[in-house]
Amino acid sequence: MLHLPILRFGEPYTSLEVDEVTHFLTGEPIARVSRANGGLIQRDMRKANRAREALRAIPIDELIARVGRAGELYMTARLPMGDGMQTADEFAHAQSASTGLPERMCRANMKKNAFVLGEMRSVLTSLTRGLDFDVLATGHGVERDVPISYQAQSPVLGLVLPSNSPGVHTLWLPIIPLQIGLVLKPGPQEPWTPYRMASAFFEAGIPREAIAIYPGHADVGGAVLDACARSLIFGGTATVDRYRGDPRVQAHGPGFSKILLGDDQVDQWERHLDMMVESVFINSGRGCINASGIWASRHTREIADAIAQRLAAIRPLPPADPEASLAAFTVPGVADAISNAIDAELKVPGVTDVTAAYRQGGRLVKEGKADYLLPTVLHASNPGVPVAKQEYMFPFVTVVECPQSAMLDAIGPTLVCTAITCDETFRRRLLDAVHIDRLNLGPVPTSRLNWLQPHEGNIVEFLFRARAFQTAPLQ
Amino acid sequence: MNWHFDPASGSPFWLERAKTLGWDPRREIRTFADLRRFGGFEDEWLRGGPVQRWVPRGLAGKPVYVFETGGTTGIPKTRINVDDFRIDYELFSTTLPDEHFPKGANWLMLGPSGPRRLRLAVEHLAQYRGGICFCVDLDPRWVIKLIKNGWTEHLHAYRDHVIDQAVTVLSANHDIRCMFTTPKLLEALALRLESMGSTIRKSGISGIFCGGTEFTPQWNRFAHEELLDGAYMTPTYGNTLMGLAASAPTGPANGYKITYHAPQPRAVIEVVDFEDADRVVEYGATGRVKLTTLTKEFFMPGFLERDEGEREPPCDRFPWDGVSGVRPYRAFASTTTVGVY
Repeated sequence: MLHLPILRFGEPYTSLEVDEVTHFLTGEPIARVSRANGGLIQRDMRKANRAREALRAIPIDELIARVGRAGELYMTARLPMGDGMQTADEFAHAQSASTGLPERMCRANMKKNAFVLGEMRSVLTSLTRGLDFDVLATGHGVERDVPISYQAQSPVLGLVLPSNSPGVHTLWLPIIPLQIGLVLKPGPQEPWTPYRMASAFFEAGIPREAIAIYPGHADVGGAVLDACARSLIFGGTATVDRYRGDPRVQAHGPGFSKILLGDDQVDQWERHLDMMVESVFINSGRGCINASGIWASRHTREIADAIAQRLAAIRPLPPADPEASLAAFTVPGVADAISNAIDAELKVPGVTDVTAAYRQGGRLVKEGKADYLLPTVLHASNPGVPVAKQEYMFPFVTVVECPQSAMLDAIGPTLVCTAITCDETFRRRLLDAVHIDRLNLGPVPTSRLNWLQPHEGNIVEFLFRARAFQTAPLQ
Repeated sequence: MNWHFDPASGSPFWLERAKTLGWDPRREIRTFADLRRFGGFEDEWLRGGPVQRWVPRGLAGKPVYVFETGGTTGIPKTRINVDDFRIDYELFSTTLPDEHFPKGANWLMLGPSGPRRLRLAVEHLAQYRGGICFCVDLDPRWVIKLIKNGWTEHLHAYRDHVIDQAVTVLSANHDIRCMFTTPKLLEALALRLESMGSTIRKSGISGIFCGGTEFTPQWNRFAHEELLDGAYMTPTYGNTLMGLAASAPTGPANGYKITYHAPQPRAVIEVVDFEDADRVVEYGATGRVKLTTLTKEFFMPGFLERDEGEREPPCDRFPWDGVSGVRPYRAFASTTTVGVY
């Protein structure tokens, strides 16, 4: 069986404590993962500056070329995985086995990661708004005849990663070419991407001392946040609330992404059905960018009914089946808890389960050790019901009836908003709405991202501080 | 049994309890196994007063201490003490190697004091070995509140405040060579000293008696390899109700496994089946820790601790059963804030 050691800035370290990663269907162990202790991280942070120095010895242009090669290796090569080796197919198989995500979705997420690596120059140009990379490397420069300075706020970026969707790794891939080291705490069911990506980076010539990986429990996540001056953490609403206002931490939580249909377009809602279904269903609804709400002032029952008909036939398939589109829940009890929560939501007047009419049996399906939740479409007759702003980690959407004039006040925080409207007043209000992060005007699925644009906080602005800088010649 | 159930010497609690048993413990308890007849000792009996009901009449007139355990929320458990903590720590003293814990050396007690037994006990240990004990306090109940409320900044500030005091005492030429502390505070102290270009050993410490919270083999190894700089550390498992369980020798040869042995015959640890507390599990098997305390001051048969672990066989130094891998009992683990200080 594979063993994944702790990686202490490139140095493998085998812990006396290991956690097993198991197959979600059979319960059989797939890998043993060394468990870090918090003190290890605190102590290793003495080497954080060395990580940045090793990267600064390589020009950003060269790092961009190397991560590009790493992307090719990540997609195609047989790479070290702990004390063994793993092909790309074996990687997708293992990732599917521990996360419950169908293999074809694992491969799709690999493509996303590889795309970002391959397009790194464009990604960085966009994230830095066209800044000369030398300014980041040296800390200062001149732009339009004005001196400018960008100061890195930390030699390393800490990441407390989730297990739900391997696509989130795209967020940290630009860090290495920015000459900042990585301190990764993998999600418990998804250690695979951090390790494979680190191997691909090393094979492509990224210095080993630039990357640390600390698998472990919650205390390890806490230690990463304590030890790194800048960190990203992924979690639920409680996590986001806890770190709100903390300049050291960028917390990524539920997206509560939504589609809004304006009064001027809602009568043609059928034109946008494919877009709505894709937004809800792609990647098994696991991402923060999947739509969990569709809001309109009329036709909401027909919209809910049409989406429900499209999704009602979806059934769990074996993870290697090329048609598999539904991910399993691999943590015992989670699917039951979500299903029970939805049942409780349905007791609120004005809320109905539209999918229930189109399928036999309940939404919770148990197959072996795996639990599945079948796609679920609710209808809410008013925006005041709690489920109107709820998100779950499977294809779940509430179609909410709400007057257009009340929509923006009622939707709450929204990571991705796709608005279907040509009403200039409404478009202006949408552009001004500060609780909307990414805004799509027009029929763009919420799940379809332009990778050249920042996602939920610009990572460059988080890591670098623009400051005043002047020089004068010395006699 | 004669002492605890004789109306002239027993405590009001046990004398009252005896009236409800329907049998006479003085006649019918002949062996350790017979203690099962008392059934389980209930946690709640130790919460709330009057505390005098636990003082054996035979000890009337002696100065009585009360020590608490738990108490972050609600009423803590209490245990009365006259001399037990001194006896327990004198016995523990015999397990400390003199080359690392030199007789006459001064000590630093870096950990919880307040209503706990630790401060007085460690101070007595230092005095018993001919030294003087310096103390730095830590309030674990406040630490738990900081954690539960997510006040991380305050948590770090409080930790730094405690470590600041420890570093100051260690730098003040008091010839402190021995220390009691908890794993978390030892880690914080070692990292602070390292950031100052020093180490635990360079600060003068040659022997550390460490305990108070969960102690894993990995952390034990990490401490030995990266924190102690050659200082000697002995892990312990103890609490107000038991006394102090010393550990058998540990190191790379046994994978840094920590096995504790209770201070028999004053206290006995058994590892029992999760479902049947009267059944001791096989050697190597996992079960819940069951504690029986049998001193003149305190009789507590069959108390189920909030910990679990693996049953270990006797060893040369401790010819009776031990327990390894001690960790929070799984049924409570998710609701307990552990390892906080």
